Amino acid sequence: MRWLLCLPLYLLLTACDGGLWNNPYPAADAGKSVFYTAFTARPKHFDPAQAYSEDEYAFLAQIYQPPLQYHYLKRPYTLVPQAASAMPQVRYFDKNNKPLPQHAPAAQIAFSEYEIHLRPDLRYQPHPALARDAAGKPLYMALTEKDWQGIHTLTDFRETGTRAVTAADYVYQIKRLAHPDLYSPIYGVMADYIVGFKEYAKTLREARKKQPEGWLNLNDYPLPGVQVVDAHTYRIRIHGKYPQFAYWLAMPFFAPMPWEAERFYAQPGMRERNLTLDWWPLGSGPYYLSENNPNQRMVLSRNPNFSGEFYPSEGEPGDRKAGLLQDAGKPLPLIDKVVFSREKETIPYWNKFLQGYYDASGISSDSFDQAVQVNVGGEANVTDAMKAQGISLSTSVATSTMFMGFNWLDATVGGPSERARKLRQAISIAVDWEEFISIFANGRGIAAQSPIPPGIFGYRKGEAGINHYVYDWVNGAPQRKSIEVAKQLLAEAGYPGGLDEKTRQPLVIYLDTTATGVGDKSRLDWLRKQFAKINLQLVARSTDWNRFQDKLSKGDTQLFFYGWNADYPDPENFLFLLSGAQAKVKYGGANSANYSNPEYDRLFEQMKNMDNGPARQAIIDQMLEILRRDSPWLWGYHPKDYVLHHSWVHNSKPNKMANNSLKYLRIDAAQRDAMRKQWNQPELWPLALLGAMLAALGGWLWWALRQREQAR
Amino acid sequence: MIAYLIRRMLYAIPVLIGVNLLTFALFFVVNTPDDMARVQLGIKRVTPEAIEQWKQRHGYDKPLLYNARAAGMDRFTDTIFFDKSASMFVFDFGYSDDGRSISREIVTRMGPSLSIALPTFLIGLVSYVTFALLMTLFRATALDIVGVTLCVVLMSISGLFYIIGGQFLVSKLWHWVPISGYGGGFDNFRFVLLPIVIGVASGIGASSRWYRTIFLEEIGKDYVRTARAKGVSELGVLFRHVLKNAMIPILTGVVVVIPLLFMGSLLTESFFGIPGLGSYTIDAINAQDFSVVRAMVFLGSVLYIAGLILTDISYTLVDPRVRLS
Repeated sequence: MRWLLCLPLYLLLTACDGGLWNNPYPAADAGKSVFYTAFTARPKHFDPAQAYSEDEYAFLAQIYQPPLQYHYLKRPYTLVPQAASAMPQVRYFDKNNKPLPQHAPAAQIAFSEYEIHLRPDLRYQPHPALARDAAGKPLYMALTEKDWQGIHTLTDFRETGTRAVTAADYVYQIKRLAHPDLYSPIYGVMADYIVGFKEYAKTLREARKKQPEGWLNLNDYPLPGVQVVDAHTYRIRIHGKYPQFAYWLAMPFFAPMPWEAERFYAQPGMRERNLTLDWWPLGSGPYYLSENNPNQRMVLSRNPNFSGEFYPSEGEPGDRKAGLLQDAGKPLPLIDKVVFSREKETIPYWNKFLQGYYDASGISSDSFDQAVQVNVGGEANVTDAMKAQGISLSTSVATSTMFMGFNWLDATVGGPSERARKLRQAISIAVDWEEFISIFANGRGIAAQSPIPPGIFGYRKGEAGINHYVYDWVNGAPQRKSIEVAKQLLAEAGYPGGLDEKTRQPLVIYLDTTATGVGDKSRLDWLRKQFAKINLQLVARSTDWNRFQDKLSKGDTQLFFYGWNADYPDPENFLFLLSGAQAKVKYGGANSANYSNPEYDRLFEQMKNMDNGPARQAIIDQMLEILRRDSPWLWGYHPKDYVLHHSWVHNSKPNKMANNSLKYLRIDAAQRDAMRKQWNQPELWPLALLGAMLAALGGWLWWALRQREQAR
Repeated sequence: MIAYLIRRMLYAIPVLIGVNLLTFALFFVVNTPDDMARVQLGIKRVTPEAIEQWKQRHGYDKPLLYNARAAGMDRFTDTIFFDKSASMFVFDFGYSDDGRSISREIVTRMGPSLSIALPTFLIGLVSYVTFALLMTLFRATALDIVGVTLCVVLMSISGLFYIIGGQFLVSKLWHWVPISGYGGGFDNFRFVLLPIVIGVASGIGASSRWYRTIFLEEIGKDYVRTARAKGVSELGVLFRHVLKNAMIPILTGVVVVIPLLFMGSLLTESFFGIPGLGSYTIDAINAQDFSVVRAMVFLGSVLYIAGLILTDISYTLVDPRVRLS
C-alpha cells in the first residue's frame, strides 16, 4: 500500500520540477545539445578490424578516423580527406619496380603505392591505456591484483591520457587485419592486394602458436607492403592497379590503433570484466563511447581532443536553398552528445519518436500509412498529422539490391543453353517487381534493370538504362512486356503452356528462402501467382539462414532470394557478384548464382581496374547487356530508405555511404523542449476517475461486508 | 532434514547432467559449429579459413560427444560437450561466443530482471489472493459471478495485448510514464511501474480463479464451521483460518517460482526495453550463442531445483505435521 501511496507523491514531485512524467531522459538533460536515437540490434564488435555491419558502423564511424571519408553533401559520392591532409598520392610500378606514368595501362602495373600524409593535429580520446605519470611512465600497463580493487568498468580508472596519432598507428591497425585472433572479414580481400599480407598472416599464426596468450606485439613483425615514412606519413603497396582501394581507406578497417590499446586490454583481469578492445574502442574521431551498455543504452560524447574538421562549404545544387550550408565552415561536431537507446520493438520506438523523445526514425510497415502519403504523381510526402508536428521526410535510394538468383549449375534453370535462357527471360517478365514494391514495400523501392543501383557509376537513366528483355520504352517510361511475350518465350524454351514438351509434366520451380514467418506467407503466395501467370508451379522450400547458406555453398538450390549492400560506390562492387572467379560452389565466393560467362568475366577483369569515364561506361554497358540477355538473376529492386526528422533537427541529408554523418547534425534543443512539453502533458482525468472508482468499490465492499456480518 | 536436503542435492546432479545433454543435443541438431561461426563472423566476405580459425579458437573444432581419435577417458573428455559442460558444475560459465564474460552479464542483468519480477510477484500474489478471498466471501452472489466472468475474460486475453494496450493507453494517450526504457536509482520507478502493473493485471484472471477454487474447497470444511460457531467474523475466518489451511497448495505453486524470478520475463523485457536476463536469453537464442544458451538453461534448471527444495521446506513451516526425511 505504501508503494501505491508513493506513486501520486512521486508524480506530483515530477510535475512540480517541471519534468514530464513520460520523459525517458533525466530532466537535467533538457536544453542540452544531445541527439536522441535508438538501436535495435546489439552490436557484436567494436574492434575496427572486425566490425563490418551497419549496426556496428553506426557507432564506430563516429569514433574512429580513417584517412578518407565521403563528402557529406556532394553527389555522386566523392571521397575527401578525413585524417589525411590530402587525397593519397598513388604511384605505379612495373614488375621490375620501375615507376610508371599515371596513365599507364593496367596490364603493365605490377604494384600501386598509396602514400598517405596525415594531419598533424590528430589526437586520441582520453583513455586509461594512454595515461602516464609525471615521469612519462604508463600508469596502467602492469596492473596487479591490488590495482584491480574497485575497478569494474573502464570509467573506474581514475586517470586517462591522450597522445598524438601517428602514421605508425595506422600501420599497426593494417597489421591487425591479419591477426589470427581477430578473423577480420576483409583479410581475404586484402591478402590478394597488400604486398606480403598472406605471408604476414602466416608469420603471425606461427607467432601465436609460440605465444598462445597475451599481447602479440605487431611492432616486432614488419609487413613489407606497409611502411612508415615519417611520423605523419605512411605507404601502402598493393599488387596491380586497384582504384577501389581508396574506398577501403574510408572504412574503419583502416583507422589508427595505438599499440598501447592492445597491450592495455591484453592484461589479466580485463577480459573477466568485459574490458576488451572489441567492446571499448579507442579512437581519435569526433566522439568517444562514454557509456557502453548494449542492453540498454550507448552514449557517444564529444571527444575533447578532436579538432580540425569543419562543416563543408559546398554541396549539390539545391543544398543551399534547403539550408544545408547554413553551418558551412563551423567546427565539427555540432552536437555534444548522442544517446542511443535500445529498442527491440517497433511500437515503443515509433511512439517515442512521435512524442519527441527520438529525433529521427525510420518507418516500419505498420506505421507507414500513418506517416506517409503518396500523391498521384508517385511522390511520397508526410501525412497531415505528421506535418502538423513539423516532421519532415527524406528519401534516398539505397546503394543495395534485392534479387532472386537462378542457380547456374541447375539442370533446368541454369547454364548458357538457349532453352534455359528463354525460360529465365520468361520468368523475368512474369514476376512483376513493380507490384511487389507496391504491395510489400509500401512503394519504397525501384524495380532494378541490372545489378547497379542509381547513384553508382554505370547506372543509366531513361531508355538507355532499361532491360530490353523485360521492358519496352512506352511514353517516356519503362513498361513491362506482356505476359504473352513471356508465354511465347516459355514455349520456345520447350515448355508450351508451362508443360515440359517431352514429359508433358508441368514445370515445377523450387524456391529456397529463409522466409519462414507467418507474415512471409503472403509474399510466397504472391510469388506463386506470378509464376502461375505463365502456368509454372513454384514450390517454396523455407529453411533457416544457416541451412540456406549451406545449400548455396553446395549449389543445392534452383531459385533463391538474396541481397547485397555496397561496400563502396563503385560498379565493381556489384558486378563482381556475377564474376565467374567469385562462383560460390567452385571458389566459395560472392557469386551465389554461380553465374559463368567467359565474355562477361573478360570484360569484368578489364573494367574493374579502370577509372570512371566513357571507356569504362562502354564496357559496363556491354556487361549489362550480357547479363540482361542471360538473366542469371530476377533483377528485383533497389530499396528506398525513408527517414523522418523532427523540425529541430538540422543539416540532415541522406548519405548511404558515409556512416560518420552524426558530426554534421545540429539540434535546436530549446525548440525540442518546447514541443515535448506541448505534446506530452499528462492527462489527469483518468487518474481522478480511477481514484473515484477505487474509492467507490472500497466503500461498497465495506458496506457489503457490514451487511453480511449484521445478517449473521 | 539435512540428510534429506543433501540427498535432494545429489539427485540434482544427474538431472542437471541430463538437462545439459538434452540442451546440447537439441542445440546441435539444428546448429553446427560452422553455423555458429558464420553467425559470429557475419555474412560478408567470410572465408572457410576464417570459419576454421574461429572454431579452433572457441573450441568447436572437436567432436561433439565422442572423440574416436583420442585414447582412454579423453574419448569423452576431449569433446565439445565435456569442454562446455564440466565447468558449469562449479558455476564457471566462461565466455559468450562474442567474447564477453557470461557470469558478469548474469550478475549485471539480474537486477533489472528482479526489479520487474519481484514486485510483480509480490503485488500479484497479494492481489490475487485478496481477490480470490473476496470472491469466496461473496460466493454465489452477483459479485462472485462478475468476478469469475472477469477472470475468464482476463485470462483469455493474450499477454501481448496487455503490453501493447497498456503502452498505448498509459504512455501514449495519457503520458503518465515512459513507454519503454530503464533508468537508475529512484528514477527507475517510472520505468518499471507500467510493466509491473501489466504483469499483475495479466495474471489476475488465471491466478485468482485457481486460488478461489482452493479457498472454496476449504470453506466447506468442519474447522470453518467451528470458527463461525465460535463467533469469528467472516473476514477473520477467511484470512486467519481458510488462508492458513490453504497454504500447502498455494505454496506448491508459488515457492517454486521464487528462484526463477531471477530469470526474468522474455516478452515484458523485450517490449519495455528492460536489460534483464529474459532478453539476454532471447538474444542468445537469436545469435545462436551456445555458450549463453547452455548457461541460461543450466541456471534455470538449478534455480528450479532450488525452488522445489524450498517448496518442500516451506511445507514444514506451514504444516507441522510434514516431516522431511
